[in-house]
Amino acid sequence: MHAEHLSHALTELENRDEFIGRHIGPGEHAIAAMLASIGTDSLRTLIGETVPATIRLQRPLDLPAAMPEHAALAALKAVAAKNVLKKSLIGQGYYGTLTPPVILRNLFENPGWYTAYTPYQAEIAQGRLEALLNYQQMVVDLTGLEIANASLLDEATAAAEAMTMARRISKSKGNVFFVDEAAFPQTIDVIRTRAGFFGFDLVYGKPEEAHRHDLFGALFQYPNARGEIADLTTAIAEVKNKGGVVAVASDLMALVLLKSPGEMGADIALGSSQRFGVPMGFGGPHAAFFATREAHVRSMPGRIIGVSKDARGKTAYRMALQTREQHIRREKANSNICTSQVLLANIAGMYAVWHGPKGLRAIASRIHRLAALLAGALGVTGRDFFDSFELKVGAGETAKIMQAAVAAGYNLRRVDDETVGISVDETTTRDDVAALLKLFGHTGAPVEAHDAARPCAISVTLQRREPILAHPVFNTHHTEHGMLRYLKRLQNRDLALDHAMIPLGSCTMKLNAAAEMIPVSWPEFAQMHPFAPLDQAQGYVELITGLENQLKAITGFDAVCMQPNSGAQGEYAGLVSIRRFQEANGQGARNVCLIPKSAHGTNPATAQMCGLEVVAVACDDSGNVDVADLKTKAAQHAANLSCLMITYPSTHGVFEESVRDICAIVHAHGGQVAWTAPTSTPRSASAARPTSAPTSRTSTCTRPSPSRTAAAGRAWDRSGSRAISGLCAGLHPQPPLAGEGGPLPLQGGGREGDGVGLRRPLGLGVHPADLLDVHHHDGRRRPHARHRDRDTQRQLRRGETQGPLPGALQRQPGPRRPRVHPRRARHQGGDRRGRDRHRQAPDGLRLPRPDSELPGGRHADGRAHRVRGQGRARPLLRRDVQHPRRDPDDRDRRMDAGAKPAQARTAHRGRPDGRMDPALHARAGRVPAALGGRRTSSGRS
Amino acid sequence: MNTPDNLKYAASHEWARLEADGSVTIGITDHAQEALGDIVFLELPAVGRTVKAGEECAVVESVKAASDIYSPVSGEVVEANQAAADAPESVNQDAYAAWLFRIKPADAGACATELGGLLGAEAYAATL
Repeated sequence: MHAEHLSHALTELENRDEFIGRHIGPGEHAIAAMLASIGTDSLRTLIGETVPATIRLQRPLDLPAAMPEHAALAALKAVAAKNVLKKSLIGQGYYGTLTPPVILRNLFENPGWYTAYTPYQAEIAQGRLEALLNYQQMVVDLTGLEIANASLLDEATAAAEAMTMARRISKSKGNVFFVDEAAFPQTIDVIRTRAGFFGFDLVYGKPEEAHRHDLFGALFQYPNARGEIADLTTAIAEVKNKGGVVAVASDLMALVLLKSPGEMGADIALGSSQRFGVPMGFGGPHAAFFATREAHVRSMPGRIIGVSKDARGKTAYRMALQTREQHIRREKANSNICTSQVLLANIAGMYAVWHGPKGLRAIASRIHRLAALLAGALGVTGRDFFDSFELKVGAGETAKIMQAAVAAGYNLRRVDDETVGISVDETTTRDDVAALLKLFGHTGAPVEAHDAARPCAISVTLQRREPILAHPVFNTHHTEHGMLRYLKRLQNRDLALDHAMIPLGSCTMKLNAAAEMIPVSWPEFAQMHPFAPLDQAQGYVELITGLENQLKAITGFDAVCMQPNSGAQGEYAGLVSIRRFQEANGQGARNVCLIPKSAHGTNPATAQMCGLEVVAVACDDSGNVDVADLKTKAAQHAANLSCLMITYPSTHGVFEESVRDICAIVHAHGGQVAWTAPTSTPRSASAARPTSAPTSRTSTCTRPSPSRTAAAGRAWDRSGSRAISGLCAGLHPQPPLAGEGGPLPLQGGGREGDGVGLRRPLGLGVHPADLLDVHHHDGRRRPHARHRDRDTQRQLRRGETQGPLPGALQRQPGPRRPRVHPRRARHQGGDRRGRDRHRQAPDGLRLPRPDSELPGGRHADGRAHRVRGQGRARPLLRRDVQHPRRDPDDRDRRMDAGAKPAQARTAHRGRPDGRMDPALHARAGRVPAALGGRRTSSGRS
Repeated sequence: MNTPDNLKYAASHEWARLEADGSVTIGITDHAQEALGDIVFLELPAVGRTVKAGEECAVVESVKAASDIYSPVSGEVVEANQAAADAPESVNQDAYAAWLFRIKPADAGACATELGGLLGAEAYAATL
């Protein structure tokens, strides 16, 4: 008995597959019980019943063998060692930063924060909603505008969003969008890609020239790519006189010291918040900020956190204005953006909370002082700048200087043969400055001597006059224990995967193991600048290429694009590839996109962004594509058919049998198929493969980087990497890794830098046991199925259908099994006075009860529900509807009559001394009405 | 469900009333406001804009959806109900009093045809 292991083979004792079992979860007994309850005898049989035979893969995937965690980490460490870390002074939107350790450990590396999902259920998300509101307030303060969103994906796509927003709100009939010629190159690239599909005319030039064109909007960069700063007030006013909308791309650290875009009259301000404590990570992911005036709030893309009142009349946070988002407006949405970058935004927000206005001013001033000092000593004069400047080094001297710099440990920016650029950041020290001075041959006075004159390169007129971050939250948690407890207090309010599963399906169905998170913090991965020379980033190159190869093996496609950093971006990349392919073959006129009615809202939203006309294809009650309708519509639009977007398995979790036919129909009429796989791909991948689709977007789901996972507040993968067939391979968006001259990119920061492939190349877990996930959702109808339509994340146009939960798999109809515990069965069908009626749902799961059964709800005839406890005792509920003081109608009547709100009785009452913080997100003490503030009597806010 | 007899109705839940001066006042029906829930924002067409019958020209935004409003008749927008825009909840309170915008048809004859194509109160109520 005890000695049984002594007789196992060595291979067994090495336990190479250990991680797989620990990651998947259920053991043999649980699996057997689940199989028994649905009436199947094995996982293989279940797969056989669920995945259509016509698409089932008959051989194992060509992926490396599994290895245990410590071996994987050791292998990753070896890969990381191939990255050479220098101090990169390249700038261009990416800067070194010092992540405060208290935030690194208690937020970034804390599962309570990085396994949280999108805060659709505000009740269990108040912690991160408050953190996001801090972020929004920080952005509002620094940009000088009135309202900010809870982050976009990166600066470049934020600029493209500003362009489309300008088109929406501008009254001008012009078709020109003016772009600052000194905007960051990656921003210009993305704007070009997007403008092409929207049909806008782009004109480049200096900000003061913008008003000469017939424009609907303009983008200025402040500070610009050369590091220069200039007062844009006049240029902005001139553009606005012509009816144009002005967006200013800026830098949060610079804005601490500089006059804000809002003060200069800008309508929109945007940029990256990376340098507020988020590691560069070879280009991402980072949170982009986006702010605008209140009047334009309904045109703003992305999620916005707002302030509301809970059932007791106390302040509560929730997502606001969601009706503009893609899941509701679909092709009429402001943008296809679905996710945001919550974890990274929270890090940036907490960085501001930690340092406060004084701390940030000290950091920004130090950065500027070192830059001004260096520039002064090197003889660079005459321009205002914050942290970056360009230096002439003599004709043809650049290469030599850059090489010497690398040898000394620094990456400078190559501007041209005789100019280099230098950007100072938070990690730059006086020793770095001394070393650089030596590099340029200035061995004279020490740094101290240069500092004596307090060099400053910001004119008085450009210096900030308005205070920033006056709210108490930015002026309170400046001690280690204070910050630690604040982070913990917020974390305590949230439900994340460290508490329980989140039964939404898809994005919530994965948990990154600690072993997968550890490498993300390694400096070799975290501190790499995206524009560092590739010979210094060979570790990353190996990681990324390895993941690409694995994705090719899984999907059966020929090429993979690693650039998209969200599912919606992956969709965009897919459709862009298809359109370019068709254009290259003289079929650019094809502009119709067929989309099933059950598709996720991002699908039509993305199609609209690519200039495609959306034609909806009917679905049956189970969400399957109606093949007859598809045939009709494909034939009807055959001349102009560009593509079909198909989600497989469907948004209802079904592996549709007819998928091969569907693809064949579309191909027959000259269209392509954009295959969107929800995050269950690798599991189903071992069973099925989208080989019939010429192009697909695959969401890698198993083990992405945590920044990506938590970035959306979602626990799972958002990496929207795209695999495409050879047909389109040459035309897909090229990340900088592939070198210059590729087709226009989609994202600013290269590819999904850190750690995307950290686990995949090591094959830690693709295993037939992944099929267990198939098993968990057996298509059982859940109790209160009729209330599924309350699922607001997926506004599927299902009408009155009552299909199974999204993510649930449909099995072929088989012998029915009792699905309700026998004890419960007694209470089915009418007798509502069972002992446990008010407690748990019949199947033993703690599901939220439908509104009609919650205290405070009522029967159809207006009677309130009576809440019973054990015996006759009344349970101590938070909201005891029977109590006269707490009855909601009664309370409303008393409130109207002027009574004060009832005292809370919960532990989380707030501050012990009873002080209430002023409303966050207030500008001049007033919360914008769009976010829940009070309207003035005229109704305008 | 409240469907006053003196109005014409579109299948997409707008009501239209022909005024004495030939203009047409348009709003959304009681059924629509109930289905939408609490209305929080109205985006009304700009005065002077020309619309065609069936063209979307306004957006009614509630807590759960943002719905397009289609103009039942062609013509020029002569007035938008600013009072309703300032107090969107008034549409919930009385959908027939809180009109949204008024259109002056270019051609009375075409307008009569378009209005003729709309449903009467009973026919509309039958579709609900």
